[in-house]
Amino acid sequence: MARNVSFRDFDWVLVTFVLILCALGVIEIRSATLHTKFAGVHIKQMYWIMGGLGGMLLVSVLNYQMLLEQVHWMYIGAVASLMTVLVFGQKYLGARRWVKLPGGNHFQPSEWVKLILILAVAKYFADLQSRELSWTDFIKAGAIVGVPMLMVLAQPDLGTALTYLPIAIVGLFLGGIRFKQALIIVMLAGLAMPLAWHHLKDYQKQRLVSFMAPDNDPRGAGYHVKQSEIAVGSGGLWGSSSGSQTHLAFLPEPHTDFIFAAFSEEHGFVGALAVLLLYFIVLMRLTQNAQTAPDRAGTFIVMGVVAVLTFHILVNIGMVVGFMPVTGIPLPLMSYGGSSVLFMFLALGMVMNVRMRRFVN
Amino acid sequence: MFGRDEKPSHIRLTAVQYVVLGIFLFLAYGLWRLQVSQSEYYSAAAERNRVREVPILAPRGKIIDRYGRTIVDNYTSFTALLMRDSSRNLEADAGLIAQGLHLDPKEVRDKIRHFSALPQYQPIYLKEDITMDEEAFIEAHKSELPELDSIMAYRRLYPRKGFLAHLVGYVGEVSEDMLNQPQFELYSPGDVVGKSGVELEYNQLLMGTNGSRQVVVNSHGKEVGEALEEKPAVPGKPLKLTIDVDLQIAAEEAMEGKNGAIVAMDPHTGEILAMASRPTFDPNNFAIRIGRADWVKLINDPNKPLLNKAIQAQLAPGSTFKILMATAGWQEGIAQNLHVFCTGGAEFYGRRFGCWVKTGHGEVDLTKGIYQSCDVFFYTLAEKLGIDRIAKYATALGIGQKTGIDLPDEVSGVMPSEQWKLRNFRQKWFAGETISVGIGQGAVTVTPVQLIRAISAISMDGRMVVPHVVDPTNLPAGYVEVSRYSQVKSIPIDPNGWNTITDAMSRVVLPGGTAPSAGVPGIDIAGKTGSAQVVSLATRAKHKNDTDLAQNGWFVGFTPRRNPDVIVCTLFEGGEHGKLAARIATQVIKSFVDKQRRQPTNVAKRIGREEVEAGALWTSPGEGGDSEKLNGGRFQVNLAKRALPLATAAPGVN
Repeated sequence: MARNVSFRDFDWVLVTFVLILCALGVIEIRSATLHTKFAGVHIKQMYWIMGGLGGMLLVSVLNYQMLLEQVHWMYIGAVASLMTVLVFGQKYLGARRWVKLPGGNHFQPSEWVKLILILAVAKYFADLQSRELSWTDFIKAGAIVGVPMLMVLAQPDLGTALTYLPIAIVGLFLGGIRFKQALIIVMLAGLAMPLAWHHLKDYQKQRLVSFMAPDNDPRGAGYHVKQSEIAVGSGGLWGSSSGSQTHLAFLPEPHTDFIFAAFSEEHGFVGALAVLLLYFIVLMRLTQNAQTAPDRAGTFIVMGVVAVLTFHILVNIGMVVGFMPVTGIPLPLMSYGGSSVLFMFLALGMVMNVRMRRFVN
Repeated sequence: MFGRDEKPSHIRLTAVQYVVLGIFLFLAYGLWRLQVSQSEYYSAAAERNRVREVPILAPRGKIIDRYGRTIVDNYTSFTALLMRDSSRNLEADAGLIAQGLHLDPKEVRDKIRHFSALPQYQPIYLKEDITMDEEAFIEAHKSELPELDSIMAYRRLYPRKGFLAHLVGYVGEVSEDMLNQPQFELYSPGDVVGKSGVELEYNQLLMGTNGSRQVVVNSHGKEVGEALEEKPAVPGKPLKLTIDVDLQIAAEEAMEGKNGAIVAMDPHTGEILAMASRPTFDPNNFAIRIGRADWVKLINDPNKPLLNKAIQAQLAPGSTFKILMATAGWQEGIAQNLHVFCTGGAEFYGRRFGCWVKTGHGEVDLTKGIYQSCDVFFYTLAEKLGIDRIAKYATALGIGQKTGIDLPDEVSGVMPSEQWKLRNFRQKWFAGETISVGIGQGAVTVTPVQLIRAISAISMDGRMVVPHVVDPTNLPAGYVEVSRYSQVKSIPIDPNGWNTITDAMSRVVLPGGTAPSAGVPGIDIAGKTGSAQVVSLATRAKHKNDTDLAQNGWFVGFTPRRNPDVIVCTLFEGGEHGKLAARIATQVIKSFVDKQRRQPTNVAKRIGREEVEAGALWTSPGEGGDSEKLNGGRFQVNLAKRALPLATAAPGVN
């Protein structure tokens, strides 16, 4: 089999666009952190990207069909690691998300659980023998995503838990969910919401309220959104040379969650639109890869990556322009952060993996 | 044919592409809205934008006594804080800041580093209660140090000299440990929260919610114009205690210079009227941050000043336990018929147990056993009852369990039994140990508040109240603590039994009792003394002059002996004899009664008004000289005025 796989089939177009986005990210990280205590982290980001590229190559040479055969073990491992976080995790500012590794490093398992979920969902739908989704199939698929999602919710990390949802939604949609089924599920969810609300503790309610209505948040999430809007808006059409919002540190976390706000301030509507276009090209290229995948499972893997990437972009840029609440979800490829960069490249590695085997049967 | 290789529907894949396109158009619209259509507005905003959020600190609720008199209040002071939303390199400025605020530069840097992971809009609280010259330093350095600011804060003002210190507790900055517990989830670093006493137990109620103010600052950090947005602080709610400050003063004075604890309680309701522990500490020293040296001194003091001994000292109850023994003995039908001849000691299970009166008490029955505290009588009773029956009654009366008082970190004490020993020591219970338990020695330990609750139940026909220090009527509806207070249990006790026992107790402070010197003429006090060994008698004999090993004195007393109004328990550590503890307790009882006699009667209070209408009939000499005339009338009687001679006040009497 291996002789049929060649790096000629690597999606060089995709890699090029991804690296352009990463480069823009690194430049913006440098600019945003220039005079702060974070100065120099763009170098670290470059190391992460290089590490990510290595990881991508590694993942792409493994046969994904072989990976899928082992996915149940990985799934068990994922659930076990989330359990470890809940039991032994480091509590930081009220949430248990990190596991301390020997040597002073921290590790956030909820990121790579996403990868395994993409594989698990792909495996599940690839093995389905009917064209239309039955209710049992729906419940099983829901449980695959639902179990880790509830565990992340318990950390509590609502933002990351929500990023699992698009994997399930795209899986169900492509897996053949019927319109009537979708309607019933949406209605049931609508009915369950007040019931769930009733059972929440006071502080959980308050947290949800500030999630929904950041302006009422006493901890200042509303302040973040306001600052972000001002940064983006003051960029104008061509960008503001001084970039005062970012550089005078009114913008919170300009190199991580709000990097797109910092970029938009410096490069204006034209620059921001160009970045959006780059992301769009990446996504379209990915869906094209999904269509040419050698089998059903391959399509589901690639579309899972599309789902997660789209959701991240929607929530992050939506937050920056004031359409979405502050959730702490980074912008893939551009935001500073090892976990996020590694996840993206490993996910792209899986896409390459599928693509390189498109002529293999 | 449908198989593994059949692709998902092409239409659906295309649909996903259109959804992605839709999302991107939506985001592009968001950018266009901000950057093109309203660009000028936001550019102007960016120019103006030196918005800084300054917190407005909420004052904590006052703590008041049962009559509304203030015990703990706030005073205003200024707190220096570091705003982190500026472009300044905070660590570089740390040296100058530390110099101006008289802090250690290292401490300032540590703080900046410690809080660096927090969101930027949260300021770092540098120093509380800054002095005038420190405030002047901040004002004078507005342009060099724009990040340094000061805000008004409320500081706790506690009574001086440690008055009521253990019950009230103290506040301090919330610790990292606390922040990681779910019940404190909504607190932010830098918040001031209760650390002990009711300040901790009722923190949620006392603590307000901080507000905030968005102000425009110029590039030098100076506020310009009016606040953009102001969210006022919500002050904490006041907390009404059941403490009576007058009685508390009496209790504190009675304990002055001694070690131990005193508790006064209303036996009907379980309301704690006074509670003091000695030695005490001054919580005002804790209101900012206590210096390390002072803290170490407090922690290492062998007399444990931070301990609220009323709920946290678990010690052998000594002879006060005989009241519980007598109750158990009566209920089992043994004590009423028991007569022993005390020769100054007796032999049980091959070992001689001495009575505290070496010459012996002679013929002793239950009454004499109580008021003369004859050990031999209770040794015999204990032998007849056996440990399990003793444990049954003592446990029913709350020994060995927390009372549920609304103060943090109450301890449970120990009521030993065969099972208890097996479970904790994997040993069989020796019959000889029962004999020691009979006089409140051996493994049995109690806290003052447990003892007061048990003896209060015996004096009140078996009514087991839940002691509490906060008036539940003023708490917000649904407050968790309130429900506990109404859980009054009733222990069945034969009325003849507790009548006999309390009658015997009233002779304790009379001549012939164990504490005649503690008696107060004109007040019917029933009580029981106790003195408990800290170490065995043999060790004590070796170190005769070591005060640390002196016996602890106990006294529990109430007045009047039937349906008592107040019950007081004293623990006098190193007090040697119960009669010294009794003198302390009866002093407090006396001041309670003195105050009671100055006040309107209970009848007047229960009616709710002081004026009562009353009718009367009387005769007066008729006009003819020999016939009498019958008169009638209605009067307003003022019940609040005590001892008013009603008869002479009636009109129409010649």
